[in-house]
Amino acid sequence: MNDIAESLRRFARENFLFGRQDDFSDADSFLELGIIDSTGVLELVAFIESTYEVRVEDEELVPENLDSIDNLVRFVESKQSVAVTSG
Amino acid sequence: MQLESFLEQSARLRPDKTALVCGSRRWTYAELETACNRLAAALVAQGIERGDRVAIHLDNSFEAVAAIFASLKASAVFVMVNPTTKPDKLAYLLNNSRAKALVMPARKLASLEASWPLMPHLEHVIVASGEPPAEFPSEKTCHSLDELLARHAADTLPPSKRAIDVDLAALVYTSGSTGNPKGVMLTHLNMVSAATSITTYLENTPEDIILNVLPLSFDYGLYQVLMGLKIGGTVVLERSFTYAHAVMEKLVAERVTGFPLVPTMSAILLQMDLGKYDLRRLRYVTNTGAALPTDHILKLRKLLPHARIYSMYGLTECKRVSYLPPEEIDRRPGSVGRGMPNEEVWIVDDAGRPVGPGVVGELVVRGSNVMKGYWELPEETAKKLKPGPLPGEKVLYTGDLFRMDDEGYLYFVGRKDDIIKSRGEKVSPKEVENVLYSHPAIAEAAVIGLADEILGQAIKAVVTLKGGAALTGRDVLRHCAAHLEDFMVPQHVEIRDAMPKTSNGKIDKLQLCGAAE
Repeated sequence: MNDIAESLRRFARENFLFGRQDDFSDADSFLELGIIDSTGVLELVAFIESTYEVRVEDEELVPENLDSIDNLVRFVESKQSVAVTSG
Repeated sequence: MQLESFLEQSARLRPDKTALVCGSRRWTYAELETACNRLAAALVAQGIERGDRVAIHLDNSFEAVAAIFASLKASAVFVMVNPTTKPDKLAYLLNNSRAKALVMPARKLASLEASWPLMPHLEHVIVASGEPPAEFPSEKTCHSLDELLARHAADTLPPSKRAIDVDLAALVYTSGSTGNPKGVMLTHLNMVSAATSITTYLENTPEDIILNVLPLSFDYGLYQVLMGLKIGGTVVLERSFTYAHAVMEKLVAERVTGFPLVPTMSAILLQMDLGKYDLRRLRYVTNTGAALPTDHILKLRKLLPHARIYSMYGLTECKRVSYLPPEEIDRRPGSVGRGMPNEEVWIVDDAGRPVGPGVVGELVVRGSNVMKGYWELPEETAKKLKPGPLPGEKVLYTGDLFRMDDEGYLYFVGRKDDIIKSRGEKVSPKEVENVLYSHPAIAEAAVIGLADEILGQAIKAVVTLKGGAALTGRDVLRHCAAHLEDFMVPQHVEIRDAMPKTSNGKIDKLQLCGAAE
């Protein structure tokens, strides 16, 4: 199981669903499900930046990068492959 | 004049002009008018009669706009329901308004399965973006909106009009301190008058392109569509400001000239690097819902030197009250201006007597934009609508405290009741407390507002638990999220052993607020 997917799923469950055990698949759009709003996106970005040590630019704040677990995993992995990793 | 004539007249004058943009789709005035006529014919065919209420529970979308105008054309009364409203409140609103029809998204059908029997007045459900379910209660109908549009393809003209301008056009539900939302009754005359006053002071022209990200269930958002169509302009409709960058790109791409804001949005804008967007076409921005901090105004002035900034104040009960002419914003950034065209305002003391400049009192509003009352709530109505200068006339007591300067400019001082303004929307502490009390483990609950840079006010829930109960803050939030709209869910939860009490045994909220400082 992809660690990034798992930690993102946990974050989303805790912060947007407050622990509800709702089924949402990794491909489901947060916007469509109505579980994220503008302050939610800010929290999500803060989480990604601190957890994966990447920097999210303003123009990367788009649904293609953030609006589902799948999109988030893809986004984080692409950022990590260009980031300088420290030991 | 009827409200739907805003669309009908613009369609006659400018049939091929773009009226509405939603995502990648666009509709000309002719296309929008035709679609609304077809849907209106469908409503009439289903048995919707003059004065019937049609509830619309959709995200900002073409379908929402079509449902609004179709209801009006069918001589019915539309009732917008916030798309994040949960099933029990949805049932409350439908029963309270006795709505005969509900337009909603197909993806929510599953969550309402258990609720249909609880809505006895509802006869027709119309689903957008999807199909009716295989099983549906037999005493109600369920159709897809697209299927209805197709079925009535030949009905390209509006149904015959049965309403007159003093008939209701909409019920707009607003939170009150009693806990249950109240339906503000707005006639065609109310809404046409308000829209006319506002488009006058905003100096709107057909060249205006308005970008609206505010929910259509909030009158500020709703009127962007109504006014945009009235003036023959273009309305760019987005669902939210969640992806601010994407919205700003849309603003540039669509050459938007008008952008209504609430303080939460300007706080987000001010954290972005706006230099990378070419905003020279932006003619005006507006603010209402909560006071724009002077600091934000100063920063916005620097970031948008070409734009006119309108600081405004209003309440659902009369749509809007005042606006500050943009020329005054540098001199009086703390003011919300003077009364809008075709309206009179004054400030009264506790005895209802008008007071002079500098004295704090309650703001009173007189004009044809003032509501007819709260739906089936004569006592609540009597608290807000009181006799005016002419026999039989009613004026609106806003419940807001203001003072006026020597030139008649208004300064908001505070609310008479304890409504919290979070993200520009009214949150009734009582409504949130009622939800908290419905949790079996919660013994006492108090909800207060805390100052917050981004939200205006943040909502804090303070609770005590019943003996032996184990509940976490997260459990409390989850319970709230299941029963309240997203803007009403508290940001902070505190679980205490005991509540501070006043001398007559009531929870001392002032102490709770003091403890939070």
